[in-house]
Amino acid sequence: MLELIIAVILSSIPIMLAATGELVVERSGVLNLGVEGMMLMGAVIASITVITTGSLFLAVIFGALSGLLTSIVFGFFALVLATNQVATGLALTIFGTGLSGLIGAEYVGKAIQRLEAFNIPILSNIPYLGPVLFSHNILVYFSFIIVFIVGWFLLKTKSGLVLRAVGNNHDSAHALGYSVVFIRFCSVMFGGLMAGLGGAFLPLVLTPHWAEGMTAGKGWIALALVVFASWRPLRIPIGALLFSGITVMQLVGQARGWAMPSQFLSMLPYLATIAVLVIISRNKEFSIINAPASLGKLFIAGK
Amino acid sequence: MPHTEVLLSGENITKIFGDFKANDNVNFSISKGEIHALLGENGAGKSTFVKIIYGLLKPDSGNVIWKNEIIEINGPKHARELGIGMVFQHFSLFEALTVLENISLALPEKNQSDDLEKRIEEISNEYGLQIDPKSRVFNLSVGEQQRVEIIRCLLQNPELLIMDEPTSVLTPQEISKLFEVLEKLSKSGCSILFITHKLEEVRSLTSRATILRRGKNVSTVATKDHTAKSFSQMMVGHEINTNKYKKIKIENENLLKINNLSRPAQNQFSVELKDINFSVRGGEILGIAGIAGNGQSELMEALTGEYLSIEADKIVFNGFDISNLKPNERRKHGISFIPEERIGHATVSSFNLSENFYLTDYINDNSSNYGIINTSFNYENASNIVNEYDVRVPHNNPLASSLSGGNLQKFIVGREISRKPKLLVASQPTWGVDVGAALEIRSQIIKIAEQGAIVIIISQDLDEIFLLSDLISVIYNGKLSKQFDKEKVNLEKIGLLMGGSS
Amino acid sequence: MITLSPRSNISFSLTLLTPIIAIFFTLVMGLIIFSFLGYDPLKSLYYFFIAPVSRPDQVAALAVKACPLILIASGLVFCYRSNIWNIGAEGQLVFGAIFSGWLALNFLESNSFLLLPCMMLVAILGGMFWALIPAILKIRFNTNEILVSLMLTYVASLFIDFLVRGPWRDPMSFGFPLTPTYSDAALIDRVYIPFVGYIGQLHYGVFVALFVSVILWFVLMKMLPGFKIRVTGESSSAAIFAGFNPSHVTIMVMCISGGTAGLAGMIEVSANIGQLQPNISFGYGFTAIIVAFLARLNPLAAIPAGLIVALAELGGDSVQISMGMPKVVTGVFKGLLLLSLLAGETFNRYHIKFDFKKGNK
Repeated sequence: MLELIIAVILSSIPIMLAATGELVVERSGVLNLGVEGMMLMGAVIASITVITTGSLFLAVIFGALSGLLTSIVFGFFALVLATNQVATGLALTIFGTGLSGLIGAEYVGKAIQRLEAFNIPILSNIPYLGPVLFSHNILVYFSFIIVFIVGWFLLKTKSGLVLRAVGNNHDSAHALGYSVVFIRFCSVMFGGLMAGLGGAFLPLVLTPHWAEGMTAGKGWIALALVVFASWRPLRIPIGALLFSGITVMQLVGQARGWAMPSQFLSMLPYLATIAVLVIISRNKEFSIINAPASLGKLFIAGK
Repeated sequence: MPHTEVLLSGENITKIFGDFKANDNVNFSISKGEIHALLGENGAGKSTFVKIIYGLLKPDSGNVIWKNEIIEINGPKHARELGIGMVFQHFSLFEALTVLENISLALPEKNQSDDLEKRIEEISNEYGLQIDPKSRVFNLSVGEQQRVEIIRCLLQNPELLIMDEPTSVLTPQEISKLFEVLEKLSKSGCSILFITHKLEEVRSLTSRATILRRGKNVSTVATKDHTAKSFSQMMVGHEINTNKYKKIKIENENLLKINNLSRPAQNQFSVELKDINFSVRGGEILGIAGIAGNGQSELMEALTGEYLSIEADKIVFNGFDISNLKPNERRKHGISFIPEERIGHATVSSFNLSENFYLTDYINDNSSNYGIINTSFNYENASNIVNEYDVRVPHNNPLASSLSGGNLQKFIVGREISRKPKLLVASQPTWGVDVGAALEIRSQIIKIAEQGAIVIIISQDLDEIFLLSDLISVIYNGKLSKQFDKEKVNLEKIGLLMGGSS
Repeated sequence: MITLSPRSNISFSLTLLTPIIAIFFTLVMGLIIFSFLGYDPLKSLYYFFIAPVSRPDQVAALAVKACPLILIASGLVFCYRSNIWNIGAEGQLVFGAIFSGWLALNFLESNSFLLLPCMMLVAILGGMFWALIPAILKIRFNTNEILVSLMLTYVASLFIDFLVRGPWRDPMSFGFPLTPTYSDAALIDRVYIPFVGYIGQLHYGVFVALFVSVILWFVLMKMLPGFKIRVTGESSSAAIFAGFNPSHVTIMVMCISGGTAGLAGMIEVSANIGQLQPNISFGYGFTAIIVAFLARLNPLAAIPAGLIVALAELGGDSVQISMGMPKVVTGVFKGLLLLSLLAGETFNRYHIKFDFKKGNK
């Protein structure tokens, strides 16, 4: 049971990180559908780094940075050239999937050293609670902390207010003299950093080797998580844990030979995502208040 | 001249967009404490000029001089630091944020302090601009939203306050209250640049006026020497005949009856319609006055069929219950609609005129056969409208987006009137249209009423309401007042109703 | 600092030129990436774009590869024109194959000429069925069709996997996840030209694709239903004002794109594979998104666009065999192509001014 809970927590981290990043992006009024592509770039670069240098620290850093670099491509097209955000995000996912496969071709299946768990002194010795809460690798602690930092930033700081303002009405923000494109670019880069980090977590912790397309739709699930959280940061971990709970449950089911074809068990996470989208979206009023009003709309300055 | 010390001036300001000169050697100056009007038709370059002063645009040539020094204003933040504030026509507010957050976004970092709320209270008490700092903007009325904009400017102790068409959204009573605030400000030394197209206001509020026409200065004059008529001549460039509207009153059998029409609010941003009743006969023009956001768009949607009321017998036209008919089905009954938004509602901007003709004419058997669009039929009809209604086009069958606002509106009016409707419902038919086009549109509307059609005009422009209507009603907070005979009611009474008192 | 200002009119020649420039730009970027990764750039370009089409049968293979892309893209155009973002055509393709496969497997002994048309029909219905789920959820519950249609793609491929490993598996397949082979009446013939013979793998399904894309072009550009779709995409309030119902348009475009994807799935199986297996598509449903954009959302232009993208697909196989490059390299090209097409759209619609004066941020 203990291992199961730990497995749920671990597998929630990639989508939690990516969704937290995307939440900031969407709060600034940008819809980046390239999360899957950015995660894959993070995953492949982290794998290559740790295989070639042996440094887990560098792997984490480079993984995150490669997500950021990929997001700059998105920012340049969607924000500076004002291309359609949906199509640009799709292009980024296709591009990222291809490029990660290309540069990772020689490294497929090579074993990777895992990120060690860091036991918090004293606390980790508490029975049950210790192993569940205080005996994880550093990225797990970081993920939960970053969610709170993002929540604090968005709701309590002036910069967070500006970011929300840009997402609410970019014309007003422009009229007041805020650089809409600059603020959005920063958010997009933060989103890229988080997606890259989430991607890096996959080979460094969950499945210790690189495989083509190893995210298997986690980027898309992160996008659904933002809707689930109705753009509120503190709801992201709840959604991520819920979702990875279902994933782990179906894996356990397959391992124990439940009386259901394995394919149907594997469908559960995707079906759960659809169910969650239905439940959250059906309340239109709720979405209108919480969704950033400028989400996905083109902004052309000086129009 | 009582004002001597020049605060800001623009010398030979020129701004070019593509091949269009929005400002062509504009000269302007405003003195300390002066209230100065900037007049001109739509597209005369007023907005471009104030955007340059506020740092939103950079002039291609010419200088802005602030307190005797040539300066380059880098952006709105810089302008605010200098002491220039601006209240926009389309407010620059954030609907989902609170009043407090909206205000703090316009203040520099060092002015952010915990007592912001207290300072907002002080300012609002001083000038009589009551507002709750904690409420969210989408819950505020348009007048309250303007208060937020003004308070936001005043908190920065501006020396120059730019106001872009501030009165177009206010009742006559609110306007006089605003003028009190502005006069108080002016006495305390703040200069005010006041953009408007309402000429009576110019005379009652300002001391001097600068008139722009097609991007160029016409002149700067002392307002007390001029009349509304001479101002409008300067704006348009030629004499205009305002006595053209003498409507012959006829009555015929056409009849529209609205019975207890109600509509719940769709969301926080919309207004509930409460038990609306009225009837209009053929040959009559009913004007529905009211401040924006009091249910006009909801009423318009109910009349067009964009929103369908579920219950029967709410809207009865010539004996037919049309309550549950969609817009195209209502058109088949001889009803035409002119919505407020020209682009993206009445027309599709990226479509050419013949496609835009087809947009409301596809119910006609001639415009398509077996679902195949009859391109030449639509092209011919669109061309006829262009010729008959004097729509100025850059080339044959252009995209809707390439027409100016006035010309596109003439096309829309032509399209809807050429079907010879028995009922025409128009919302803000001359909003943002130049004087010449407005004149033509209004005379077309009168003409079809004289031919026996029922006409309903929903407008925020009281002048237009009084100019066109036989009957006047006021919509306030989703309720429609009783009908008044135009001859038996005055502006003040209508203004009071618009403000919610009865 | 880059500023954009709208052009007053969009010229036709520029409209034509944009995709060409985008393709050129993609090639240049591809060259740079190839050399960066240590491959001989010119040699890779040759194997990528020339070698795959140097013989007539290879040209036929190109047409066969383009067939599902043209079909699906012609349907997706309807979605994207109306601002509905169906990205789940891959799943709809799978369901077309499943539905028509059900018919084929029930008539394994049949030699009726009616079997093939019936399979086409049920394939279209199958694709529509799978596309209607996101459409109805969107209308009824306001859900995001992008995410739902994508999630359903994962579900569809798991479902066909279940079928061919479970209830539909051929008992004679020695444990391989395969259904029985279809009867000849359920297969699409190769094209036979008298005195010439067969041209590679060219089959009649290719002509179905061409026919469908012409018909869909006519519907979109010349008929009232197409007009409704175009108006709705440009402005939903103008559509409501005209009396069109946006929900109906959503249903209509999802049915069209689901139907074409389903048909493509049936043709893939009946012309190229002959039985159901876990993987029946090489991501055609996703690749067709790029084809739709390369065609600038015009069904007729989906024909050349489909051929160009099919070339990139074959090029991927070719460089894998001859140079040992991983096949995913096509993904890089496809992503780059889509990005440059989108940028081209901006250049087409706006004047772009580069301004590097200081103090101009």
